[in-house]
Formats: sequence, C-alpha cells, structure tokens
Amino acid sequence: MMISLLRTIGLTFLHMFKKRETIQYPEEKASLHPRWRGRIVLTRDPDMGERCVGCYLCAAACPVDCISLQATEDENGRRYPEFFRINFSRCIFCGYCEEACPTYAIQLIPDFEMAEYNRQDMVYEKEDLLINSQGKYPGYNYYKIAGLDAGVKGKGTGENEDPPIDIHSLLP
Amino acid sequence: MATIYIDHKAYEVTPGKNVLETCLTLGFDLPYFCWHPAMGSVGACRQCAIKLFKDEDDTKGRLVMSCMETVKDNMYLSVEDPAARAFRAQVIEWLMTNHPHDCAVCDEGGSCHLQDMTVMTGHNYRRFQFPKRSYKNQYLGPFINHEMNRCIQCYRCVRFYKDYAGGKDLDVFAAHNHVYFGRAEDGILESEFSGNLAEVCPTGVFTDKSLKAHYTRKWDMTMAPSICQHCSLGCNVIAGERYGELRQITNRYNGAVNGYFICDRGRFGYEFVNNINRIQQPLVRAQIPDAADKDSLYRQLAKILTKDTTIGIASPRASLEANFALRQLVGKENFYQGVSEAEAQLMRNILLTLNSGHVHSPSLKETETADAVFILGEDLTNSAPMLALAVRQAIRKAPFEKAAEISIPTWHDAALRELAQEEKGALFIAYPTKTKLDELADKPLHLSPDEIARLGYTVAAQLNTNVPAPEGLSKHSLKLAKQIAGILKKAKNPLIICGTSLFNEAIISAATNIALALSGKEKKANLSFVIPECNSMGLAMMDAPSLAHAMEVLENGDVDTVVVLENDLYRRGGKGEIDLLFNHCRNLVVLDHLHNETSNKASILIPVATFAEADGTIVNNEGRAQRFFQVFSPKNENFRESWRWLDEFRQFQNGICPEELKAPENLLAEMAHLMPQFKGADTVAPDADFRISGQKIPREPHRYSGRTAMLANINVSEPKPPEDHDSALSFTMEGYKGMPPAPLIPFFWAPGWNSGQSVNKYQAEVGGSLRGGDPGNRLFPEISVAELSYRNHIPSPFIPSPGEWLMLPLSHIFGSEELSIYSPGINERCPKPYIAINRKDAKDLNTAENDIVQLQIQDQLYFLPVRIMEELPQGLAGIPYQIPGLTGISWPAKGTLTKGNT
Ligand code: SF4
Ligand code: SF4
Ligand code: SF4
Ligand code: SF4
Ligand code: FES
Repeated sequence: MMISLLRTIGLTFLHMFKKRETIQYPEEKASLHPRWRGRIVLTRDPDMGERCVGCYLCAAACPVDCISLQATEDENGRRYPEFFRINFSRCIFCGYCEEACPTYAIQLIPDFEMAEYNRQDMVYEKEDLLINSQGKYPGYNYYKIAGLDAGVKGKGTGENEDPPIDIHSLLP
Repeated sequence: MATIYIDHKAYEVTPGKNVLETCLTLGFDLPYFCWHPAMGSVGACRQCAIKLFKDEDDTKGRLVMSCMETVKDNMYLSVEDPAARAFRAQVIEWLMTNHPHDCAVCDEGGSCHLQDMTVMTGHNYRRFQFPKRSYKNQYLGPFINHEMNRCIQCYRCVRFYKDYAGGKDLDVFAAHNHVYFGRAEDGILESEFSGNLAEVCPTGVFTDKSLKAHYTRKWDMTMAPSICQHCSLGCNVIAGERYGELRQITNRYNGAVNGYFICDRGRFGYEFVNNINRIQQPLVRAQIPDAADKDSLYRQLAKILTKDTTIGIASPRASLEANFALRQLVGKENFYQGVSEAEAQLMRNILLTLNSGHVHSPSLKETETADAVFILGEDLTNSAPMLALAVRQAIRKAPFEKAAEISIPTWHDAALRELAQEEKGALFIAYPTKTKLDELADKPLHLSPDEIARLGYTVAAQLNTNVPAPEGLSKHSLKLAKQIAGILKKAKNPLIICGTSLFNEAIISAATNIALALSGKEKKANLSFVIPECNSMGLAMMDAPSLAHAMEVLENGDVDTVVVLENDLYRRGGKGEIDLLFNHCRNLVVLDHLHNETSNKASILIPVATFAEADGTIVNNEGRAQRFFQVFSPKNENFRESWRWLDEFRQFQNGICPEELKAPENLLAEMAHLMPQFKGADTVAPDADFRISGQKIPREPHRYSGRTAMLANINVSEPKPPEDHDSALSFTMEGYKGMPPAPLIPFFWAPGWNSGQSVNKYQAEVGGSLRGGDPGNRLFPEISVAELSYRNHIPSPFIPSPGEWLMLPLSHIFGSEELSIYSPGINERCPKPYIAINRKDAKDLNTAENDIVQLQIQDQLYFLPVRIMEELPQGLAGIPYQIPGLTGISWPAKGTLTKGNT
C-alpha cells in the first residue's frame, strides 16, 4: 500500500521532466490530421461545378437527422441542392454523411472552431457550407461517370461508356 | 390444398398457383423482375430460379424458374440451395454490367426494385471492367420521364402498356442486347394509364415527371392512406408530403377496387393542393381590409348564421362528414344538394335501383370477371378511366376460360395470349362518338342518347316479354337488339354499364331494365353506374332537394344567408341562373380551397382543407364508403377541414361550445344514427383511439430524414410535432412498426423491400386481398329488399330539329374534372375548346374542319373551331364537358349554331 503510493508520487514527479502535451490554445494551434472529423463542407468538382447532386443519402444516413435539403435541376437536367442546411447544434461529427455521399461532395474537415454564443447561429445554410475546392478527394466528377446527360457530357461519352446504340441497326 | 416442401420444411399451399407467388405468400424473399401479380409470368428475366427435386431422395435437383412452375402436391423445392443462389446472383451481375452509375440522381432510388433485388442476391461489387451500353432518351410528355440506360429488359413496361392497357404507342425496338423500350419517335404517351409505368418498371427508366419537379425520396415523405378525388370510382391512393407540399400520388393496393393501378388523372391530378390559387385566409368582403382573423370572422358569422333564414348548399366533391356537418348547421329542411335538378334526378333513379337490392353493383375487381359487357352512353376511358381498364381485362380474359381445359394455368401469360389469339369476350358499346374501347367492341354503335335508350329498352324487351318495348323500331335495330340480348343471356356473368355522363335518364332506365331482365332468382345481374364526382353517391344518398329548389326559396325571399360548401355553382347550371341565385342572397358564405367564380361572389370566404389536409369519408359508384386520411398538418392554420369549421359554427345558433367539437368518427356515428342508409360508413376504419401495443401508426418511414434541420432556419429549437386527434395515425416516424390494419396502411414497406413491390407482404395471398380484408364498406343491400318494377319512360325516336342542335357533353379525362386541371401536366393535356359535328351538318352550315362557328347555349355565346366527327349522328353537337371556358352551361342543353366570323 505504502509502496504503491510512493511509486505513484515518484512517477508523477518524473513527468515534470517530460515534453509538455498541453498547448497554449488559442495562441498555439493543434495540428490535426487531414481526415480529422470537424466542420462539414460541400465541395466542388474539378470543373468547379457543385458536387452535391441532391441525392438525400447524407440526410438519410445522419443519425441525428440534422441535414435537410431540397434537390432541384438546372436547364440541362443537372441536379443540385436548392437549399442545403445542417444544424450543427445537433451534429455529432460521426462522419456518416461523408461515408454515404456517392459524389465526395460532403466532407468533414479538420476545423473545430465553430463555437457560437447563440445556438441559432449554428444552423448553416448552403452558402455557409459550399467551398471553392475539391477538399480531400481531388479529381472526381460524378456526372462524368453517371449514365445520364446533365450537360456535363453527352450520352455515351462518359468514362467507360459505349456510344449510344443505333436502334435501327440489327448488327450485333 | 397441396403440401410442398421448401428446404425440407412442409407447407400447406393452394395448388395451381405458380411457385414464385406461393413462395412470396409464404414470406420467402425470392427475387424476381418480369413476373407481375396482375400480369402473370413469362419467364423472361431468369431471376427467380430455385431448385426443384424429383422426390424426397433426389439430392441433385435441377434449376427451374419458379414463376413458370405450377404448385403441385408433394413438390420438393429449395430456395436456399447454393446453386440456385449462385445462379440468381449471377443473373443480377449480368444485368448490372450495363447498368449506369445513376442511383444518386435516379428518381427510383430508395423505392427501386432493382436495388432491392441486387442487395437481396448479394451482388455488391462490380467485376465487369468493359464499357457500358448507352441509349438516347425520348420526350414522352408531361407525365413520364425516360432514362433508357437503366433498362434491364424485363419487358414489364410493354406487357403492361400494350397487352394490359391496350396502348399502341410504346413498344420494344431493335434486337439482341440492343433492345429499346420507347415510342417510334419522341412524343406524348397516348395511354391514359401511362403513369403506371413508373410503378411497373422495376428500374428508373420510367419515372414520375411531376415528382421530379419537386423531387423527394420515398423515405422522406409523410404519407397517408387516401382516396382519389377525381372521379366516382374511388381508387385507393397513397399521398405523400414534404416541406408542406403534396409531392406524389402512388397506387394503394385494394384487391376489390383498383388493384395495382390507377389512371393518370388520379396520379397526376394532385397539384391543385399546392396551387397558388388556394384561398389563404378568411375574407369578410364588407370590411377593409377584407382579410379577417378568426375573431372578426366569428363576429360576422354570429350575426348572419341565424337558424331560420340560412340555407346550406352541399357538394358532391365534399366528404360525408363535411356535408353532414352542413346539414346539422342549417337543419334538414334547409339543406340542398349542390347539383342541378337534372343531375339529382339521374341520381335518384340510380339510387332507386341500388336501394332495391335487385341488381349487383360490381366492384372494379368483379368487373374484370364479366364475360359479356354492354355499355350504354358512356365513354368510360374519359368518364371513369379505371372502369375502362377493368372492362378491357374482362374482354381480354374472357377467352382464357378455356385454358383450364388444356391445363394452362391462369398465370401463364404468354401461353394464355397464344391461346386467345384475336379472340375476346363480347362487348357492345352504344355512344354517340367513337371511344377508345370501340376497338374491342363487337359493334360500336354511334347513336344519339335517346336512340341508345331505345336500343336498351329493346334489348330488355328481348330478354323478358314483360318489359315495355319501344315502337316503330327499324328491322336493323331489332336484329341488333336480338343479337345483344342473345349474347347477354348466354353469358355467365353479364355486365351492363351506364351512367350520368349524357344527362339522359332514359338510358339509365333502359340499362336498369336490361339488368332486371337478366337477373334471376339465384343470380343477380351486374349493373355499374358511372356517376359524376367522387362523392356524388354519398351526397345523393342524403336525399336532399336540388339547387332548383334552393332557387325557389331564394326567390321567395325568406332566406338571408346561403352557405355554399366546396362547390363552384357555375359548374352546376347556366351562368344566368346562377348569377340570379347569387343576386337573391344577401349573405353568401363560401367554404372552399381554391378561388373560383363562386368564391369571387362570396361575402364571406372561408379557406378549407383539401383531401390531403383533411380526414373524410366518400362513397364511390358501387356504394363503397371509403375513408381518406389527412396526409400532413398544413403550415397555414386556416386550412381547416370543412366539417371542423361548420361544426364550430353551430355555436352561433344553439350555444354549443366549440369544445364539444366532434371527431370525424363521432360525426359519422351521429350521421349513421340520423340517416340509417349510412350504416357502415362509420366503421370503415379503426377509431381515433385505436392503438397497436399502445402505439399509433406512423405516417413517416423509419428512415425519414432532416427532422432536426428542416425547420431550423426558422428556429433552431425543434417545435413539438403536430398531433393527430382525429385518427390512429401519427404525423411522425414514431409508432408501431409492424403491419397496420388494411384501412390504415400509410405506405408499403417491408425489410429488404423498399419499392411498392413490398405490397406482397401486405396481402393474405399474393395478388389477393389485403390482410384483414380489403378496406371499404358497401352500403347497398346485397339481397332484394324492395319491389322494383320495369321502367317505362321510353323516349320517342330522335329526329334532328333544323337549326337546333342537341348538345353532347363530351367527357375528357384531362380537363373535364374541376380540380385535376390545376396540375400543369393535366392542363397541358386538356383539349382546346372545340365543337364536334357530323360532316353533313358541317356542310349544311357551310363550314369545314377548324372553321369557327358561333354556338349559342342558353344565354351564352361561344366561338368554337369545328371538329368533324364522321360517326356522330346528325343533329348532335359535342363540346368538351366542363373544360375551362366551357362551364356555366345548364345540362342537358340545346344550342344553335351559326357560321361565325371569329
Ligand atoms: S457528421 Fe454525423 S451527425 Fe453530423 S451531419 Fe454528418 S451524419 Fe449527421
Ligand atoms: S450524399 Fe452527397 S450528393 Fe447526396 S445529397 Fe448529400 S452531399 Fe449531396
Ligand atoms: S424499361 Fe423498365 S419495365 Fe421496360 S424492360 Fe426496361 S426495366 Fe423493364
Ligand atoms: S379512375 Fe377515377 S378514381 Fe381512379 S385514379 Fe382515375 S380519376 Fe381517380
Ligand atoms: S420472374 Fe421468373 S423469370 Fe422473371
């Protein structure tokens, strides 16, 4: 009993000579990994088009149901969110939304400085979320891979696609 | 009963069905694509493979397509057999080699049969590295979107569109792995049932274009069991809402009514609910500003709603609850049907027959089993679309009768069609113009309304010599009548269809005579009535005097206040007479959801809920009372149910305090008590306090998203969700997760089955009734309860009178109905006003096709382009019934035509 107490005191004493873990935040910033799950952003594709196609998968995956959006279409049939809202006062930064997203649009980034005095200010709209960058996953443009023509590529000109079938031909 | 063994377990099943549907009934999750419960099997997709063993000792077995095997006693099967599983996974993998990477932008996603089946077979990783096939799409009109890349060649679309619904303009083109499902060229799909493609197609090739405009996934919608409001058949539908807007109508299976399908008017006509023309606020027109809050509205109403000087005008498109609440407010003596005397008389004639119990008014399902059909004076495709589809099935399936003799099972679609070839059941249609069903008819007869009635009387007289027969018939008509009578007499299950569309009572009487003459002691003949609106039957059963009588009391000057319930009276009579009616009333209180000509005249205008925001009960043409449930709680608190407003107004008269307000079921119970003819209407659905394990039935799927964000822009603290005190459904996703009772099914979903195909799990037997019985109570007696003698008002032969035309109201599926016309798609399909006349008449008038003629009906003048209809008898002039621009006519009508100068 006595011995273990003395040992503990000794160990604690030795720590005084170790390197310090505590940093002087906010003067000093923590260095975070790129895949750290913090503030959520909506990214753009390599052609700087909005990546989000309004598929609602992130909203469905979210365990606290804090994502709400409405899909709409431009004149070429390209789908994008008319509004996109995240209630960060509910978000638990689980990253399920990012995992569910088929287009790499929604991403969690290493930024946690989101505190607000007023809870209402934790509600982010699309203009607060959309950034001018591809984020962590550069190079991917969903509309070039998808089959439909939404003004990004014509029918049958996407990656790994044959040209449209001539239905008047009987040739194999 | 037969005993079959699936994976070594014994099951008692019905013999004669196919193995696939039997497995699904037993609860197995067996994937399939090409089989459809309403269309049978063709064995095309190879997805439903299972192992069939010779006998108990056979361990090897062979792979068979379960949809093509008949259930026999002592069958040994395996669903779980590794070879069968591998085969099914392989088939999906092949199908997916060409499937585009579209799910994220595909409207089928989340209710996609292909997604479900892919997950079910375990195919989750794409191994195929080669390029995918691609297709160009087509423009198919305002209802259906086309994205051909997603096709898996199951052929369901063409089998539905062509074989089942009789469409001509959708087909399969090209060959081998290039097959293309579409039209010969871009253009609007002609079929009135094209919307069903969105549900029949297991993928996202055909999807609902109206949904696309405000796209929402199935899991994100608040849904409720509802009833279509756009004709008298009362098809069951599911209505879905998101963000306070009605977003989609899908089919709600009811084995006795609409089965798996609905028509395009029903599917796409919902957008009136979201229309900007909605009445948003109570208006008291005498005050400035006219927008009123509840207090000032009630102050005004208290002044004018005095008991003895108020009359109420009811509506055939308002629910029983609303109409009854009005009757309670104004009193039985002051309660009028809001329909013309002509329409009220037609309905009285129909009710006389239905109340007697001498004939059987068949459900749509029963209609499909008729083997000889005689249609008098109805263009079903336009006036009761799903009845036309049901008749089509009856005619198409009649020759399948003999299949049993050569042991072809009833589900073997290809073989049955091969057997039937061009053969079909007997169908006679008598209508002044061509109709879409004419192509199936033995003899389409294009006759004037009175001649149709005379033919009907003659047929009846041929069947029974006690029936009065018309005189002075031509030999030709007599021969024809004999032929029809002969066929009807021989038929096992003859069906007579007539209706109110032509405003000709003699037709209804003649049809009734035929049905009575066909009815024997042991079997009653089927007689279907097509009636004008969704609750015309319910209103007529209230047995109140018509508008003409309301007009009389108004003219006498004893009335101060008229309360009009959900009714645009300018659709009920001539513009002049309705104007006069309104001039006679000092205070006009109108309750409605859309602004219209009548609401413009209101001194007090009160906004009410549409079917999507209200609970209610309506009675369809067969006399089936059906309940529709509120889908969502509207943002605008003024959108209250008519019955709630009206019930509340009772406080002004007899000091009832609003707390005593009735729930809909109490209103109905009171109604059934006061009017015994409605006994049964009060027990259509479980009460508001019905619970399963203490829980309500959730209107939202368990994956409903966005609850903590959708209103966060207004206030970050979520409001308490709205509560529903009127029904056993809740407005949230919390509640009982199992199988709800049939009248309360808000949506179809089962684990692993996200698409509408999950309805299999809700049926007692696949393709049969819902578990616990199909919802709806029939109100008419099934046995004869009153004497009914043959009718005897035979019209004299129709002779065209020079200078005066008999006006024909031509129903149009898109346009003739008041509410659906507010949907942009329906509006686009609505015909432009025209006048149809015979070529000879046109020549006499010195006009050609598209020339403008001037039409005078009553006090109204119309300038209409001529459409020449060869088949139209002379002396008749048809105009589209009640389309915008052609309302304000008192039907039946005569008109004069002169060559116009635009
Ligand atoms: S991180 Fe998790 S909680 Fe936050 S929005 Fe995404 S899914 Fe929802
Ligand atoms: S999952 Fe991605 S593409 Fe889909 S709605 Fe969310 S952010 Fe947009
Ligand atoms: S379009 Fe749809 S229904 Fe038609 S064959 Fe293709 S997948 Fe089947
Ligand atoms: S047939 Fe009538 S009730 Fe049925 S969906 Fe069409 S309009 Fe509605
Ligand atoms: S469902 Fe059996 S082969 Fe298609």
